[in-house]
Amino acid sequence: MKDFLNSWGISLMVFLPLVGALAMLVVPKAKEQFHKVVALAASLVVGFIGILLMTNFDYDASGRLQFVVDMAWIPIINSRYIVGIDGISLPMIALTLLIVPLCIIYSWNRFPEPKNPKAFLILILILETGMLGSFVAQDLILFFVFFEVVLLPMYFMIGVWGGEKRQYASLKFFLYTLFGSALMIVAFLALYFLSDKVSVDGQMMHSFDVRLLPELATGISTGAALWIFGGMFIGFGIKVPMFPFHTWLPDAHTQAPTVGSVILAAVLLKLGTYGFIRIAIPILPGAAEKWAPFIGLLAVIGIIYGALCCLAQTDMKRLIAFSSVSHMGFVMLGIATLTTFGFQAAIFGMVAHGLITGMLFFVAGSAKDRYHTLDISRLGGMLKSMPRMGWILGFSVMASLGLPGLAGFWGEFPAILAAYEPGLGLNVAFFRVLMVIAAIGTVLSAAYLLWMYQRVGFGVPSKEFEEDPHLHDVTFSEWLAWTPILILIVVLGFVPNIIFKVTDGAVSRTISIVNGLGG
Amino acid sequence: MLNMIDKVWIIPALMAVSFLVILFFGKRWGTKVTAGIGIASVSICLILSVVVAGNWINRVNNPPTGTALAAEIVQANGLTPQTGQTISEEVNAATKDSGETVATDSYGASDESVPPVVRTVTWFQIGGLQFEMGTLVDGLAAMMLITVCIISLLVHIYSTEYLRGDVRFTHYYAFLSLFTASMLFYVLSSNTLQMLMGWELVGVCSFGLIGHWWEEKKNTDAALKAFLTNRVGDIGLILGVIITFFAAGGSSFNVLHLNEYALSGNANTTLLLVGALCLFGGVTSKSGQFPLHTWLPDAMAGPTPVSALIHAATMVVAGVYLIARLYGVFFSGLAIGSSTFHYVAFIGGFTTIIGGLLAFVQTDLKKVLAYSTISQLGYMVMALGVGAWTAGVFHLFTHAFFKACLFLGAGSVAHACHHTFDMREMGGLRKKMPVTHATFLIATLALAGIFPLAGFWSKDEILAGSANGQENAYTIMLIFGLITAFLTAAYMGRAYWMTFWGKYRGHAHPHESPRVITVPLIILAGCAVVLGFTNFPKSFFGFKLPGSFTTRFEHFVEPTFAFPPIAHAPFTPWLAIASTILAAGGLFVAYQYYEKNRGPHGLTSRSKIAHAGYTFLENKYYLDNLYTGVIAGSTTGPLARAANWSNQNIIDGAVNGIGNGARKIAGVVYAVADQIIIDGAVNGSGQGSEGAGQLLRKIQTGKVQQYASILFAGAVVLAGVLVFVV
Amino acid sequence: MFLNQFLLLAAILFCIGVYGVLARKNGVLVLMSIELILNAVNINLVAFGAYWHVNDLANVSGQVFALFVIAVAAAEVGVGLALVLLIYRNRQSINIDDVDMLKG
Repeated sequence: MKDFLNSWGISLMVFLPLVGALAMLVVPKAKEQFHKVVALAASLVVGFIGILLMTNFDYDASGRLQFVVDMAWIPIINSRYIVGIDGISLPMIALTLLIVPLCIIYSWNRFPEPKNPKAFLILILILETGMLGSFVAQDLILFFVFFEVVLLPMYFMIGVWGGEKRQYASLKFFLYTLFGSALMIVAFLALYFLSDKVSVDGQMMHSFDVRLLPELATGISTGAALWIFGGMFIGFGIKVPMFPFHTWLPDAHTQAPTVGSVILAAVLLKLGTYGFIRIAIPILPGAAEKWAPFIGLLAVIGIIYGALCCLAQTDMKRLIAFSSVSHMGFVMLGIATLTTFGFQAAIFGMVAHGLITGMLFFVAGSAKDRYHTLDISRLGGMLKSMPRMGWILGFSVMASLGLPGLAGFWGEFPAILAAYEPGLGLNVAFFRVLMVIAAIGTVLSAAYLLWMYQRVGFGVPSKEFEEDPHLHDVTFSEWLAWTPILILIVVLGFVPNIIFKVTDGAVSRTISIVNGLGG
Repeated sequence: MLNMIDKVWIIPALMAVSFLVILFFGKRWGTKVTAGIGIASVSICLILSVVVAGNWINRVNNPPTGTALAAEIVQANGLTPQTGQTISEEVNAATKDSGETVATDSYGASDESVPPVVRTVTWFQIGGLQFEMGTLVDGLAAMMLITVCIISLLVHIYSTEYLRGDVRFTHYYAFLSLFTASMLFYVLSSNTLQMLMGWELVGVCSFGLIGHWWEEKKNTDAALKAFLTNRVGDIGLILGVIITFFAAGGSSFNVLHLNEYALSGNANTTLLLVGALCLFGGVTSKSGQFPLHTWLPDAMAGPTPVSALIHAATMVVAGVYLIARLYGVFFSGLAIGSSTFHYVAFIGGFTTIIGGLLAFVQTDLKKVLAYSTISQLGYMVMALGVGAWTAGVFHLFTHAFFKACLFLGAGSVAHACHHTFDMREMGGLRKKMPVTHATFLIATLALAGIFPLAGFWSKDEILAGSANGQENAYTIMLIFGLITAFLTAAYMGRAYWMTFWGKYRGHAHPHESPRVITVPLIILAGCAVVLGFTNFPKSFFGFKLPGSFTTRFEHFVEPTFAFPPIAHAPFTPWLAIASTILAAGGLFVAYQYYEKNRGPHGLTSRSKIAHAGYTFLENKYYLDNLYTGVIAGSTTGPLARAANWSNQNIIDGAVNGIGNGARKIAGVVYAVADQIIIDGAVNGSGQGSEGAGQLLRKIQTGKVQQYASILFAGAVVLAGVLVFVV
Repeated sequence: MFLNQFLLLAAILFCIGVYGVLARKNGVLVLMSIELILNAVNINLVAFGAYWHVNDLANVSGQVFALFVIAVAAAEVGVGLALVLLIYRNRQSINIDDVDMLKG
């Protein structure tokens, strides 16, 4: 078993969704039931393999890559098929494995116009492959390929199943991220050519191997490293999205179908932050140190700015989208501190934000199905017309504003804490100012979320919706999709060690790389 | 005896289970079962708490010694896994750090300090550091356990009648359980991070319960205001937790560790000062200290039993408890007892006056009590600020009971009068509601500080502490305290006479409340009578009881481990007499003005009408003509109005202004910066490429031969370049 | 060797071919002109091949290249004629100016 997992586990997990998608491709789209079952089964089997991997994962050595497969892929440029899991990628993989089946369950009986479950589900499965692949890839080209694989299905999802301005939104999303990818690949190539060579079968070649690059890249001149980091910064920063590269996000979220929003918020945004932690910072710690104050500053601006924009929103979904900008600001602040506390907070924040904002988008989507509008001023009294959904929304709001005891807190608090004493030679006074501003951000986030909740959840329903028969409470498939998320939010809030313990080894290792070679 | 002290986590866990059961099954099982579950679990918790207190008393009487003590200390301060020293070194360090060995007492005398019982499990690990979560039991925690459980139990019972038939009966009980669980979790916390967690959780319960009747916008506004104001203070708390964490070495949030560090002599005082000030920011909002007290009166929008439990007896004292728990940090951070910088004491003292004055202009009985709570919380904070730890905590203890009694009494009155709290529609209720009246009277006298009720003893200790602390440097606090003693008696007298005397002015048919309501009142009134004796002074006007009966509260509750050396003010006869005279005077003045209608009413009433004008009187924050005249006639009138005005306009106005300003700025930022500039750049690049495409499409004619011509022409040019140029 | 003559012939053929491709409207004629261009190239290939390997007559790489081109050209004409045929069927014309559906 262990041997099998060691050699095949990850590849199976990553590519099985594609197999499912292929199987669905050959069956006519009229057989909807078949497609749903196959898609769910594929995602569940993938989840099962993931669980097998996790149970066989050596948690005491979470700093080490495990289940590594290292094979030749494109020998001419020495790009290799290297995949592996360590403590940093494990939580992200687990998050992906959880969210995808839940999304399929959620959309079981409610495919958005123009229906066509076959195409929709195939896209979700391709997305899953792309997301999982990005989290396991240990080769820059491989990572880049998976990173881009994610793009197209999401583009189609927004462009075909989206809202009224879907074409604008999907194009914006696609071009914006593609722009970032372009800079990113240039940065990768520059890194490739400027770093030292390694011996491959007796031949000295450049390498894309993420495991080796921290060492190989030490020879890069400071100026070049700064430019390379800048390229990656824009590539990853757009995906996060960091202020001021965030404007694609509200449009994409507002227009995307519910499931698209959920996947986008829960997993896709994390590809950017993950890229920082996995690639940009360990490989170029010196440049990271120079960039860190700038990243921290943008992160904090994002926190405050996102919150202010939330206060100005009239559309619930758009508000939640802007809240992502604010929350990802905390994640980026944690990363910018270059400390174990900060990185741990960032990873926890990624998972927590994935669950909580995913949940908020689920509720917003369900509310839209019933009200056919998300204009906050027209809603009201959700607790009255749909008490359970109102409670769930209230719960998610509390989680989102970072209430201690729920998952969101562990993303915010350690990030603020880390800013007190940033790593390497970062300017302490500057980061303490950031810390205070970030702490003020927590008040603003409470303000906009509760303000939204007051007008959506509390009060009495307006005349318009008083007798609306569409306003039925949470349905079975919704319960099925939401319960695991709700439970996880509470459990992670009370037992944060579930994640902290897993990530600790890997983060400590990364930070020691940063400290050892940078500065 | 059952040893609960190790397994004290069961108590909050039980309430949490009760919350979950009620939340998920309450609707199905009906209101009776729901209330039954709540009451049963709180009762069990109360019993267990008493056991814990018994265990603690036993421990103080038979303190651990020698190696057992050393082991306990290591366990308590949370240093064990992290310093990397050997155990024995740690023990030495720990015993040395823990500093003073106090508590040399005639009874159960012991030269050793008694470390709290700390039991922890690993909570999470970051960077190889293990952070622990656990329970800390000492006298203070045990006292809070019992207080919270008793009042929570009584409120649970009381609510079965008060909220009978309420639409959200189950949710109400679920939140009561959750609140109790969070509060117990908070008081048992062994580290500041856990405290932060409990702190926020009680805040959420408060939010949920203030907004219990969320159909009305007024209530949800109040709930939002409460939560957001607290959130502002929480910035301070979060930063304070962080700063103290790093100040004390960045390895542990353990409260004893922090206190020890702060008292160790080589502490970084600047960091501690900043940390303590930040923490005090949290206290300011949670415990309603000036200038963040404005949420508390609005919080009265919630059901009355909730106001009694959360906004009078327990949650709002969380801030006071924080100071008491982290006294080492506050003591050395703010140099209590050694400098002229009396920040804590001054804010506390100022709050007592502000709150007391505002209580005069309220017509809503609950708001009078709310402002009174603010005032009394200020008293506690002031006591802690002048170094009178025991006095402050003792006042917290006694206040919880008589204030809960007053709130529940007010609820009982409202229950009888069509759910109004407007005192103008009351009056003459003393005959119709004898039990409520009697208990309310006792609690009023206790609050006013009349001998021999509970309030007398605790208030007197605070005054004695202010008078004797730090070589009489706290004169201004003493004056604040004495003025407040007068004000408290006066406004409580006003409320009392307006409610229970005179003629009934409402339209309902008041009647005595059923026993479910009156029994809790009687119990609380009983507590208000006897609890003061738990800290009977060593010498009372020369009258001396045996050592085993005096200052029991101080003996068992005051920490002896990681605790600063504080002076214990002896009973001061002249102060006791002065404060009693002031209190009696306050009651007398109120009696004369409100009941007998004496005093210079007419004069000021005329000038008032002349000057202030009709709209001013229409303002809901003022009483109607008669009462306005009376208040204006009293010396406190103008002061109170000024305070009220500044409260409503300056502080509240600033809060609202900031809110509105933020909204406006946000609107501009969004419309201009986001939509036009940043998004404009994005759209601009898109449009640029489209324009270029429009130009280029002209070339694409679809005629193959044209393409071929262009291709050929290009090839020729290239060939030319190749041949002739290169 | 008379390399120049071959190149001249090829150039003339090429020019005729280019003229045909660019100026004639008949699809079949355009295809034929393409053939001319290809054959011009073939002549060049063979000529150069012979010229370079004049001392090594066994090396026939130029000729082999030409053979490849002929084979590909045959395939191309096949496809091209099929296209012309289909266009004729659909539009009753083989005037390639009429086939401008790809206009931008």
